[in-house]
Amino acid sequence: MRKEKNMLDVMDIKDHYLEVFSRFEKELEADERSPMHRLRESAIGRFAELGFPTAHDEEWRFTNIAPMTRVSFPRASTSIPRSLTLSKLDQLTYDSWDCHRLVFVNGALARELSDILKTPGFELKSLREALHDDARSVEAHLAKYADREEHAFVALNTAFLDDGAFIRIPKNFVVEKPIHLIFVSAAAGEAVMAHPRVLLVAEPNSQATIVESYVSLAPHSVFTNAVTEIVLGENAGIDHYKIERENRQTFHVATLQVQQDRSSRFSSHSITTGGALARNDVNATLAGEGCECTLNGLYMATDKQLIDNHTRIDHAKPHCTSHELYKGILDGQARGVFNGKIYVHQDAQKTDAKQTNKTLLLSEEAVINTKPQLEIFADDVKCTHGATVGQLAAEAIFYLRSRGIGRDDARSLLTFAFANDIIGRIKVEPVRRHLEEMLLAGRSQAERGEIKEVI
Amino acid sequence: MLEIKNLHASVDNNEILRGVDLTINAGEVHAIMGPNGSGKSTLAQVLAGRDAYEVSGEVTYLGKDLLELDPEERAREGIFLAFQYPVEIPGVSNTYFLKAALNAIRKERGEEELDAMDFLKLVKEKLKILHIDDDLLKRPVNEGFSGGEKKRNEIFQMAVLEPKLCILDETDSGLDIDALRIVADGVNAMRSKDRAILVVTHYQRLLQYIVPDFVHVLVEGRIVKSGGKELALQLEEKGYGWLEGDLATASR
Repeated sequence: MRKEKNMLDVMDIKDHYLEVFSRFEKELEADERSPMHRLRESAIGRFAELGFPTAHDEEWRFTNIAPMTRVSFPRASTSIPRSLTLSKLDQLTYDSWDCHRLVFVNGALARELSDILKTPGFELKSLREALHDDARSVEAHLAKYADREEHAFVALNTAFLDDGAFIRIPKNFVVEKPIHLIFVSAAAGEAVMAHPRVLLVAEPNSQATIVESYVSLAPHSVFTNAVTEIVLGENAGIDHYKIERENRQTFHVATLQVQQDRSSRFSSHSITTGGALARNDVNATLAGEGCECTLNGLYMATDKQLIDNHTRIDHAKPHCTSHELYKGILDGQARGVFNGKIYVHQDAQKTDAKQTNKTLLLSEEAVINTKPQLEIFADDVKCTHGATVGQLAAEAIFYLRSRGIGRDDARSLLTFAFANDIIGRIKVEPVRRHLEEMLLAGRSQAERGEIKEVI
Repeated sequence: MLEIKNLHASVDNNEILRGVDLTINAGEVHAIMGPNGSGKSTLAQVLAGRDAYEVSGEVTYLGKDLLELDPEERAREGIFLAFQYPVEIPGVSNTYFLKAALNAIRKERGEEELDAMDFLKLVKEKLKILHIDDDLLKRPVNEGFSGGEKKRNEIFQMAVLEPKLCILDETDSGLDIDALRIVADGVNAMRSKDRAILVVTHYQRLLQYIVPDFVHVLVEGRIVKSGGKELALQLEEKGYGWLEGDLATASR
């Protein structure tokens, strides 16, 4: 039974989570002295202090989570639903794609659906298994980067930490095929919550591509609260993709926390099209000299969807470069929020930081709140930021139509053209192709090839 | 081919065209000249279907009520406007743009869509006429083009789409003499007994290269004088001032 609560009951909803937590702890039968147990206890304690953010909280000013706090979500079952077959997975993600694949149902590994090579040369396993095998080396990084002190959702995820994905790429190792982590949210009628967790440790000079897909099995409401931590050693290179395409009943909150050591290269491609409410926090700390960090984002919303992207890049050391480009396409009564912070610490001379946010509004009622924030404490830096909001240019539509191209075609072509530079940066072919298909629905593959030729 | 009767057009209650009458037959080249702000570009845009204007009057094109047609329908029926300020469309390649346009028009004519090979053959031929490099095809539409490149691209598109009625809106402005010759050669190559050309220009210079059959002078939203190609020379010599008498007559 779904319990409806009104907004005044925010205190009650916190009690609900504390209750669910104490039942969860009992089920775990964990050793009370274990570091994991202590981690969960401290996290739920912090969540109890913080509570859910409200519109009074600066970081949540434009994103009202009240609808989410009215539902008392129980923990989701992690058994594999019968309808979740391999072909269903292909349908939810990408057809027959050559990758290393781990599948999670409501945050827990679905072993039967995952294909893990015995000796791939790197570690790719469930977090639970990794903790069992070698707790100490996992605990050296787990929950060491994502900030549960200030962020209630990270605290909540950490409190319910039980399973997830663990990846370690050893020194000098290059993972050739992309690693695909598929997070399936599955509710059978009743709304449920899941707390997916990922830890990726890229040792010095290693290299890999990670794709996180968030999909829904059925049209029921799920509260997905994900945390991913990525640690890059010296000169490591990671390309990270996050594709959020859960159903329109889903509340999706996710934090990606990246820690970069000297000369490492990290790129994030955050593509959000799903959810009733989707909030992504992407934070990167450039903690060594000569790091490169690229944050690309694309958000596409319609009807009453709300997509909120918060990013924060900390330039802590000299000679680091960060490039950030977020683009949004909002239709219907959709709302978008972009907040991009760049902190250049006193030590970080010769920082080169560029941030851009562009939003295309396709309807009169779509809204974007965009806020760049630069805080610079070093004196020899190059930092730029800019935000634009626009509509499809009437002149451009007329130009296309005056050549015989119909109105709807002209609009979709210009919309695609707007997103084209973000899509062009996507190196993972099935991901790119799927987005092109979304934006150029109704056109043949040959035509799509010609359109994208431009980049 | 085109018959304009008492055409009015206004923006925000500001009347720009105040009763234009003009008849153009297939095979003819007409030039419309006039001072800045006389309504030349508005006339060109209204004929192409720009919806920014409130329009009244009658325009018959090949027996159809032109004002009833959407811009894309007009294009498919064979009307082409070479823009005074061609629009930049970042993210869309010239190839895709032009092929989509050509196939939309061919479909209307009941012709088969061209495949990639035939299309490429056709466009390369036309590129040569206008002295344009092949790499233009891969570039985004007009993005980063110089003024001259943009104008040449307009005439290149016209050559590929083979319209029945070509409207050139100030295609000569901003061009140096070499570019002007190339553009004029491209236009002259398209002159035929089945095609009409309407050249809108501020300067007589273009008309030395594209020699018109008729010249009309548009002042304050009306055609105040029509004549042969010699009228353009008179205008060059005397300016528009000497037409003030005619203007007074016309406004009465």
